[in-house]
Amino acid sequence: MLSLIIFFLLAVMVVVAAILVVTSKNPVASALFLILVMCCLAGLFVLLGAIFLAALQVIVYAGAIMVLFLFVIMLLNLRRDEFGQDSLAIQKYLGFILVAAFLVQGIVIVSWAMKDYSVSIKAETQPGVSIPLDTLAATDYNSAQSVAGTLFTRYAYPFEVTSVLLLAAIVGAVVIARRRPFAEPESREK
Amino acid sequence: MVPLGYFIVLSAILFCIGVWGVLRSRNAIVIFMAIELMLNAVNLSLIAFSSNMKHILVRFVQSMAPQDAANAIGTATSSGQVFVFLVMTVAAAEAAVGLAIIIYVYRMKDSVNVDDVNIMKW
Repeated sequence: MLSLIIFFLLAVMVVVAAILVVTSKNPVASALFLILVMCCLAGLFVLLGAIFLAALQVIVYAGAIMVLFLFVIMLLNLRRDEFGQDSLAIQKYLGFILVAAFLVQGIVIVSWAMKDYSVSIKAETQPGVSIPLDTLAATDYNSAQSVAGTLFTRYAYPFEVTSVLLLAAIVGAVVIARRRPFAEPESREK
Repeated sequence: MVPLGYFIVLSAILFCIGVWGVLRSRNAIVIFMAIELMLNAVNLSLIAFSSNMKHILVRFVQSMAPQDAANAIGTATSSGQVFVFLVMTVAAAEAAVGLAIIIYVYRMKDSVNVDDVNIMKW
């Protein structure tokens, strides 16, 4: 019961903050609301038992990625008129209608699939099921130890590939954002 | 225990808000933030499924010895979390390169409005 209350509290905060991310005029406000979304999602991860990923969510997303976003927003130093140019009405309303239709469709499909799922939950109490859930839940598979064990044995190769990806991203970001001393930007020539 | 369906519906709502943000805004930075929102929605659903692995797999492990069944469920649970870990890494790399591109476009065009960036349009 308590976990349901916490879930709905966090869910409402996540949805409201996400809508504010999309609709607020000022990108700095958007970024701050996005940090709120990340922190609430970390709370939901804790509710699901994924403590290690909740910590990562706060450290990597709210800590590193969002600081990068805020840094770029401050660096660009946009003027007021560049902050929130209004979208076309068709973009706003047609987009909303299409997305709402997509959401309804998704929820219908999920609830249809969940019917099978709830049947399989009831199967736990059926006579054919011999292993009780309690013995399966003896160890904590959500712990950092368990996740790290899987990450460094079964998924060691993807983990190493990730380091190459990050190196490529670092080099790419430095090369793209570097000031070019010889090539003048197009707009300056006019 | 919160039912799995609640998390999946919340994840769908978050994803749709992200899609809506990409469709409606013209500021490239806000579009990037909406993409991060979608990545987070997917992470939420992955974690929700991974921590419900016990209930999802209970039928399929009945023929195994209890220890093997526990190992299978444990591997499936932590696999989902490793997946989320990799998604976070990709999101970090994507944000770094994407923001570098935005800075470069701003230097070229003096704007972060995506309507001004039409150099690939013929």
